[in-house]
Amino acid sequence: MIDITALTRTYGGLRAVDDVTFSARPGRVTGFLGPNGAGKSTTMRVMVGLTPPTSGSATVLGRRHADLPNPGREVGVLLDASAQHAGRTGRETLKVAARTMGLPMSTVDDMLDTVSLTPKEAERRVKNYSLGMRQRLGIATALLGDPEVLILDEPANGLDPAGIRWMRDLLRGFANKGGTVLLSSHLLHEIEVIADDLVVIGQGRIVAQGTKDELLASAGTIVRAGDLIELGRALTGSGIHVVALGDDGYRAEAAPELVGKVAHAAGVPLHELRAADGAGLEEMFLELTAETSREGAAA
Amino acid sequence: MTNATIDRSVDRAPIPRATPSPIPFTRILWVELTKMFNTRSGLWLMVSIGLTALTATGAVILFASDSELTYDNFGAAIGFPMVVLLPVVAILSVTSEWSQRSGLTTFTLVPQRGRVIGGKLTVAVLVGAVSIVVALGIGALGNVVGSAIAGVDTVWDISMNQALSIVLANVLQLLIGFMLGVLIRNSAGALVAYFVYNFVLSTLAMLLATSQDWFRDLQPWVDFNFAQGALFDGGLTASEWAHLGTSGLIWLVAPLAVGLAMVMRSEVK
Repeated sequence: MIDITALTRTYGGLRAVDDVTFSARPGRVTGFLGPNGAGKSTTMRVMVGLTPPTSGSATVLGRRHADLPNPGREVGVLLDASAQHAGRTGRETLKVAARTMGLPMSTVDDMLDTVSLTPKEAERRVKNYSLGMRQRLGIATALLGDPEVLILDEPANGLDPAGIRWMRDLLRGFANKGGTVLLSSHLLHEIEVIADDLVVIGQGRIVAQGTKDELLASAGTIVRAGDLIELGRALTGSGIHVVALGDDGYRAEAAPELVGKVAHAAGVPLHELRAADGAGLEEMFLELTAETSREGAAA
Repeated sequence: MTNATIDRSVDRAPIPRATPSPIPFTRILWVELTKMFNTRSGLWLMVSIGLTALTATGAVILFASDSELTYDNFGAAIGFPMVVLLPVVAILSVTSEWSQRSGLTTFTLVPQRGRVIGGKLTVAVLVGAVSIVVALGIGALGNVVGSAIAGVDTVWDISMNQALSIVLANVLQLLIGFMLGVLIRNSAGALVAYFVYNFVLSTLAMLLATSQDWFRDLQPWVDFNFAQGALFDGGLTASEWAHLGTSGLIWLVAPLAVGLAMVMRSEVK
């Protein structure tokens, strides 16, 4: 369980994290989604006490991270796979973590096995690791203490497709056993397949949050027709907000049933009518973050 | 956010677990000691300290004249590389957490940074003290062997008092390294600062003292290197202790306090 309440962190005049409130619940994977520089990493650093908040609070399992007696046994953290001593071998890196948490050294070998780092790879220095291997080592460090909560910042970076699949199964299994998973990404597709809940952040502010199903439903309906003007007039007339999709369709913010009914009543033949689902979520993501993203209204 | 969709998670709520016991400080000490030497740089620093100590002993036996085969010379030959290189170990043990960014893991696993830094400090002081005792031991061995080879009397010219002063000098050097590490928190920067601090500053102070009368009287009170020099000559007089204390306050204690305050507050990125 992670609870973030009215969290703000400023750097000079910049509000990197601005009044953020959300929770990540046990048994669920919570996706923390936002473009680069949206405040995801800062929020996560505050959660684990590496960055002091300007105001607001962050608790893990009901306590501030700094108040946990042996944090590694309760919260597994991977903030940056590159942040490991380059001159230490993978095995030594894990041994240091295991020793700090007071774990038997046998857990190191078990964990190397879990993340599929071979004994030979484990003897190499981290300097010679690929990003994917560092990512596996970082995940191993996070999982080592058999924690209840996982906080992972962009854990899929640098993993190959098989690795991404492996991680997805791992996190799903972790959540199914009752664990809390918070993982961040700037890639919607990556998060969409694994997350149960979504928190979307842009320029330090939360722009949307809810279960994935809810957000998918709110993404609306894709509707295409020959007579777009008439369709637009009918939908708007029924109080349904529409957004143009190319030059032959709309994304309507209503359920497909309602959109179909309105079109039928208006006598407009449709070419396509379907729930927006993933495509809609992506568009919503771009739209929500458009004013906050570097590319401006790229959507 | 409605609760309708989270119901399925409720019956999977985790079984309550026992709260893990806190991390004891002895474990932090042990971890920090391991971390000093299980990196490539740590390993090679230790190897080079060992090699230079051996080379130095050998060199004294080979090249020193019979009258120079004294314990003092053996001790100095072995001690010097240690006095120079061990502070580097102390510097890297602090700065690597930032430069190598391993602090992200270290300070996440032990959020009380004071405990980690305190552990590093304790380990640095212990390593410094132990290694100089080892140096004196190797020196004693070299002294016995060297004088036997040369066929001269073995000269024991380091008093207990002097030995303790040398240990203190070595520990002070380690603390200087530690202080610079905490203050600068960047490996390259702290290493450069360490050599400037020890070799450039002392030369400048010496030049200043030879050319300026007013500084000559002031120097023992404000020049930490100068004040430490007395330690290698044996027991300190009361005024020499006062010099060491005053200059140490300026050059070691004050910057260390600033550095520690910064470490406690700064962001770890």
